[in-house]
Amino acid sequence: MAAVRSASTRLLANRAFLTLCLAATSIAMLVLAILLLAIFVQGWSGLSWDFLTGLPSRKADKAGVFVALMGSLWVCAICGLLALPLGVATAVFLEEFAQKTRFTRIVQTNIMNLAGVPSIVYGILGLTAFARMFGAFGTNVEDAISLGSEESLFFLRIPFGSSVLAGGLTLMLVILPVVIIATQEALRAVPGSLRAGAFALGATRWQTVWGITLPAAVPGIMTGAILAMSRAIGESAPLLVLGGALFVSGAPENLMSDFAVLPLQIYNWASRPQESFHAIAASAIILQLVVLFLFNGIAVFIRQKLQKPLQ
Amino acid sequence: MQTAEPTAPTQTAITVRGFSSWYGSFQALRSLELEIPSQQITAFIGPSGCGKSTFLRWINRMNDTIPSARAEGTLDLHGEDLLSKSLDVVDLRRRVGMVFQKPNPFPKSIYDNVAFGPRLHKSYTRAELDELVEQSLRSASIWSEVKDRLHSSALGLSGGQQQRLCIARAIAVGPEVLLMDEPCSALDPKSTLAIEELIETLADRYTIVIVTHNMQQAARVSDQTAFFFEGRLVESGATETIWNKPKNKQTEDYITGRFG
Repeated sequence: MAAVRSASTRLLANRAFLTLCLAATSIAMLVLAILLLAIFVQGWSGLSWDFLTGLPSRKADKAGVFVALMGSLWVCAICGLLALPLGVATAVFLEEFAQKTRFTRIVQTNIMNLAGVPSIVYGILGLTAFARMFGAFGTNVEDAISLGSEESLFFLRIPFGSSVLAGGLTLMLVILPVVIIATQEALRAVPGSLRAGAFALGATRWQTVWGITLPAAVPGIMTGAILAMSRAIGESAPLLVLGGALFVSGAPENLMSDFAVLPLQIYNWASRPQESFHAIAASAIILQLVVLFLFNGIAVFIRQKLQKPLQ
Repeated sequence: MQTAEPTAPTQTAITVRGFSSWYGSFQALRSLELEIPSQQITAFIGPSGCGKSTFLRWINRMNDTIPSARAEGTLDLHGEDLLSKSLDVVDLRRRVGMVFQKPNPFPKSIYDNVAFGPRLHKSYTRAELDELVEQSLRSASIWSEVKDRLHSSALGLSGGQQQRLCIARAIAVGPEVLLMDEPCSALDPKSTLAIEELIETLADRYTIVIVTHNMQQAARVSDQTAFFFEGRLVESGATETIWNKPKNKQTEDYITGRFG
């Protein structure tokens, strides 16, 4: 026979657990608050239009973040434009078309594992595969095959070297598993009855995916994709390995330009001995946070907007 | 027992001979013999798990989506072999529409729900499509309720309205046969009545096969009744006969509510 537990004991246990949960939440909030406060105190005064549009400089009061900001936007744009279609297509294939065979199970497990691989590993892969192309075209930039003039927007070079294109491709590798998994989950959340309804009207598998399943999954896909993009814009390790330069004189002009990104710029400034550089590093962190919040804001906005017709 | 009028023998739409089906090694249906008449309402009754829904899903080959499902025997629609490997199932499903147990409108506007099917099969001008959508909604007796909000979400409709929309959606592609898998089981009595009345009007133009757990419903709406039990077709025939003079003891017990 189970012992009868008195009401007061159960109430006490309930309250204790509640307190524990509250404490855990408060610790997380407190750390975040201290972090934000410290950064804002240090970096708020450094934020100005000149800081935003300024080029790198050896003097902290003249240095600006423009090159790194543009580099981040270029790399993220390339990354997003490639990772989204590839990731969504992969997820659609795995969820809607592929038979559940041993092969697809292996692919699935691999994608799960890839999502957990440290991003620096992707940096090494990116360096080998995109920047140097396995040394197949020699190891000197002079040996590279060039297409078009170096000043042109469409200038291309093989191998890619430490260019924005190589950076974007490397970040694509980082976020691809995340995009695939998010899309798969969004597709799985679409009720099977909708697919059955479309099939029963004589829709082919493709018509069902394109007309019914994908539109219903778009809010979930967009949220996942933009969260993946927020991860991409915050990555520094793989780009550091790739040779993302710490000193670049101008914003990227084409896919083959050298580039700096915000996290690397922050790292560069923060690692200097001078206090004044620490201050502008804090300013750059604020900027990075603003960009991140902007991305997350867009994700929430798209979700809200697209879910409305579903209600 | 009142509304099902005795009808003159009509053309056979679907012929079933020695039809068996399996899910993996489990035999769901055993040598069915049945003729489903054209432009009449045929009700499938029987306890849960007796195979009536399985059989329904063979008529439009929805079972193709289940890898382990297979069937043997004869299943013909106007002489065309529905089990043939070379059959174009996409075209079959255009000719054999289906309405599901739970209303499953697409998360789109009412208009787009109805227009989805026709657009799959050919391209229409705006005016043709408008006309087709209106006709289909009228046939499904829901036009007057939705005509002012064609472009708002179908998910805002009540359960009964959603089910009539699903019927309109099925009609819009111009099928010969309508399969209904317990179309009223998720609905309240008033909506059920509306759907039953609709089904009776639709029987003028379509061959209707309806699976139901509701004995009264089967009696009210159907011309023919087929009683399934444990994968076998126990008895089939005119609804009146089945209800008044069932030949089989099991049938009698089931319809009088002694088991099932």
